[in-house]
Amino acid sequence: MTNSIEVDSVSKVYRRFARRRQFATLKSALLSGSLISDLRPDETFSALQDVSLAVPQGQTIGVIGPNGSGKSTLLKVVAGITKPTSGTVRVNGRISALIELGAGFHPEISGRENVFINGIMLGLSKREVAQKFDEIVEFAQLEDFIDAPVKTYSSGMYMRLGFAVAINVDPDVLLIDEVLAVGDQGFTHKCLDKFAEFRRRGKTILLVTHSLGLVERFCDEAVWLDGGQVKATGDPKRVVDAYLIDVEEDEEQHIASGDAKARDATEAAADEIADPPDMFQATEGRWGSREIEIVEVTFEGEDGEASHVFPSGARMSIRVRVKAEQPVADFVFGIGLFNAEGVCCYGTNTDLEELKSDRMAGEGEVVFTIDTLDLVAGTYKLDVAVHKRDGYPYDYHRLLYTFRVKSRTNDIGIFRPRHRWTFPTNIRFTGPLE
Amino acid sequence: MFHNLGRLLRYRGLIQSLVARELKARYRGSVLGFFWSFINPLLLLLVYWFVFSVVLPGIRPIDVQPYALFMFCGLLPWTWFSSSVLEASNALIMGGNLIKKVLFPAEVLPFVTVFANMIHFFLGLPIIAVALVYFEVPINWLDLLWLPVIVLVQLLFTLGLALLVAPLTVHFRDLKDILGNLMTFWFFATPIIYPMSLAPAGGKWLLDLNPFTHLAISYQEVLFYDGPFGHWKWLLALGGASIVLFLAGYFLFDRLRDSFAEEV
Repeated sequence: MTNSIEVDSVSKVYRRFARRRQFATLKSALLSGSLISDLRPDETFSALQDVSLAVPQGQTIGVIGPNGSGKSTLLKVVAGITKPTSGTVRVNGRISALIELGAGFHPEISGRENVFINGIMLGLSKREVAQKFDEIVEFAQLEDFIDAPVKTYSSGMYMRLGFAVAINVDPDVLLIDEVLAVGDQGFTHKCLDKFAEFRRRGKTILLVTHSLGLVERFCDEAVWLDGGQVKATGDPKRVVDAYLIDVEEDEEQHIASGDAKARDATEAAADEIADPPDMFQATEGRWGSREIEIVEVTFEGEDGEASHVFPSGARMSIRVRVKAEQPVADFVFGIGLFNAEGVCCYGTNTDLEELKSDRMAGEGEVVFTIDTLDLVAGTYKLDVAVHKRDGYPYDYHRLLYTFRVKSRTNDIGIFRPRHRWTFPTNIRFTGPLE
Repeated sequence: MFHNLGRLLRYRGLIQSLVARELKARYRGSVLGFFWSFINPLLLLLVYWFVFSVVLPGIRPIDVQPYALFMFCGLLPWTWFSSSVLEASNALIMGGNLIKKVLFPAEVLPFVTVFANMIHFFLGLPIIAVALVYFEVPINWLDLLWLPVIVLVQLLFTLGLALLVAPLTVHFRDLKDILGNLMTFWFFATPIIYPMSLAPAGGKWLLDLNPFTHLAISYQEVLFYDGPFGHWKWLLALGGASIVLFLAGYFLFDRLRDSFAEEV
């Protein structure tokens, strides 16, 4: 089997924007045919570094990675829109690049005329466009508006028409850059059907997307780009999992540093807050007399490691370090969980659970363990408090701690009850979707 | 370079449809629509006629009659030339979306501006024809055969300049403004509103250096003046120079081609 796309140690260096060097880039472009040869390293930016890729004919490859990892640059280099700074790209067959839909449309003229010109731009002859015209219009669902100027189209109509033209060019190699978020559900399904048809007909597809589920379901192979380099390539499920783990680690750090920042800010403002603000107002903050002080709050997973990201249904412990300079007899420990919308998912305290306080002195650690974290995926914030039975606060930490619940199921709501489905024998499923 | 130049022929369908789109889009939504192609040059002529016949009648050359027709013979090709160059300087930037998002041969863009303006020029020619008949200007049919040659030379010259200006403006946006003023100066440094014979003796060599002088004189000699077309040597020389200019322009364009997607 031959390769449709061969990318051989391709690097792409961009110029950082600097007015001052305008002339230098022109000069080097003129003299050496390269834009950046005259620039110092700090004036350039590497979007791709030594990327190699071979896509056999008929394969569908998904490119994943965080924003700014070079996915779109890779696509543009393969499409031939930009030239690589070094390395070579070979593509066999006609390419169609769905990078920005309807990029060539002229707003003043009708959809009909735009279809013709766009088709010709993408490499069709006038007659070929005429042959496919009805199909294009039908696919875009624009029969009633095709003779109206394109400037009167809604953005969805605009994109649909652009997509319909690009897909009907009948390419051998199709490059798709995150364009499936174009239309409504119905249109997205039509696009997916069209891609599936392309696959059946042995066309090669290179798909850049953030929709990891799509990559797992749809692609023969996945490529994970990060910082302009290929981090992993191979079986989509494996690559997506590796990528997700990496994203979690990043998120972990992000949440930790974000929480630390929020606490620093409240620490600085702590003296100014004399009266406790309205308890039910969902703003971050910290207040209290500090006769008992909350020194530190950490989350811990099943493995006993500190973490901020937990799988749904796993065990999570909240460890609260507290300190009392003088012995205290009247105290209540409380916990509240809030979701990103500020809805209280759960709240409890030792008083509600009828634990009568007796004595506390010195330092210690209170651990609140949730055996099964039955929440749907999302970001949650935590209230931690120590107060008197009558509500007088010793130390109240409002929404200062963040954790994430992750899940492979995109179920909705807040709470995920433990559940299972049971079916009679005449209702059958083939098992999990591939 | 010559490989790319050869590809141009393949793009003629694209150029054709883009020129058609340009012409359609330009007047879309206006009441008079396509008639503006006739009205615009006429109105421009009226302005110049007003200035030199009513406001400043002393400056107007006495021995050139009818003066308005004389002026029109130079003004119409000049409009084609200057609009083409000015629009070409902006063409790549305006077409940035195409260059950045679609696999698109960038050289098509300056070609389209030049050809679209050429169509406007052609649409103005019937006005000249009507005027020639109306003023009973004697027409030398043999001279008229030169007209396509003159148009071809101007086309090559304009394309060459457009190909030079378009990629340079991508790197120096300032060029657009410089060109605007340069074109105004160039217009007055060309014998369009005055005949070459009225130029001061000391400045004549300077006018001779101006390529558009020879185009303007050629148009005037073929269309306005009777008598044989005596300027053909100059015209052919300019034709040769235009071929060189076109190749130089294309070379520069080709050289800078890869930078467009990043700089536009």
